[in-house]
Amino acid sequence: MLEFLKQPWPWYVSGPLIGLMVPALLIAGNKSFGISSSLRHICAACMPAKIPFFQYDWKKEVWNLFFVAGILLGGIVVAMFLQNPDPVNVSPALVTELNQYGISDYKGLVPADLFNWDSLFTARGFILMIVGGFLVGFGTRYAGGCTSGHSIMGLSNLQLPSLIATICFMAGGIIMANLILPLILNL
Amino acid sequence: MNKPENIQEVKHHEFLVTNTDFEVRSLDTICVNESELKHPVWYNLKYLVTGILFGILLVKAEVISWFRIQEMFRFQSFHMYGVIGSAVVVGMISVWLIKKFKIKTIYGEPIEFVSKKLNKGNIYGGLIFGFGWALTGACPGPLFAQIGTGATVIVVTLLSAIAGTWVYGKWRSRLPH
Repeated sequence: MLEFLKQPWPWYVSGPLIGLMVPALLIAGNKSFGISSSLRHICAACMPAKIPFFQYDWKKEVWNLFFVAGILLGGIVVAMFLQNPDPVNVSPALVTELNQYGISDYKGLVPADLFNWDSLFTARGFILMIVGGFLVGFGTRYAGGCTSGHSIMGLSNLQLPSLIATICFMAGGIIMANLILPLILNL
Repeated sequence: MNKPENIQEVKHHEFLVTNTDFEVRSLDTICVNESELKHPVWYNLKYLVTGILFGILLVKAEVISWFRIQEMFRFQSFHMYGVIGSAVVVGMISVWLIKKFKIKTIYGEPIEFVSKKLNKGNIYGGLIFGFGWALTGACPGPLFAQIGTGATVIVVTLLSAIAGTWVYGKWRSRLPH
């Protein structure tokens, strides 16, 4: 059984279970599924700096911080008990492409060739980790949500803004991955 | 949005439209709903447990993998589309059922959604997040899960994302919405 759970879970198992997060949070206490708001609550709690956008009672939203702490613990649980012993099985086309940039370590879900402490202050590492993270935090709040808040919760509730935002997430990602990222990986 | 019918639903609707803190809170957030109930902090442990389950799902579905995100944006694999697509279908059916049968929370509170209007931020912000998603291979949820799986350097990416959110808040009035 444990061996079975250690394999990657196919999309038709994991996807529907992720979808069940939506009713679970609504029924557990009228909470909308969404993660990126947690970053805003952290700002409101730690450094509101009299910015109106952070002037609200973040303590009422503390459930969201418990939720993201749970996500982190979930990652630890997998690393301790359910780790897939095999490398990530990615499409051969991607393997060929990434080979050109010297990326060949598929042991972890996060590529160790790119994301590590030593490369943090190389041009490539700085753009991927620090600039990338900044764009994630800035963009999700500007858009009003991320993949969970817009693409899953918002679409579940048939919200047009969420559909438009999701299309833009994909458009931005497609442009970056195909046109700009190859230049960055060559750095 | 369903028209509130009984007294409890009318009251909850009034709470949602008159609560000014909720108004600030709901800026740049999609479909906010809110509970009127005040509970001790330990009630939040159920969200910690839900979060753990979600974290396990994110890792085992491999959606926290930079490689899987690259495959998705290069149309080299169906996996990510399958995960997100089936999650949306299950979410849609669930929300429809909740509205149709007026399902209440475990505390007996009505569940009502406040719809949001489209603004330019959904487009500009969406594109910016898309760039960041393809670079880091992670949206906000996976950042937390990646740290949990032992990729400690992602703490830096998470701090940078918090900084990005803060800078957005600081510049918000100068950006087109």
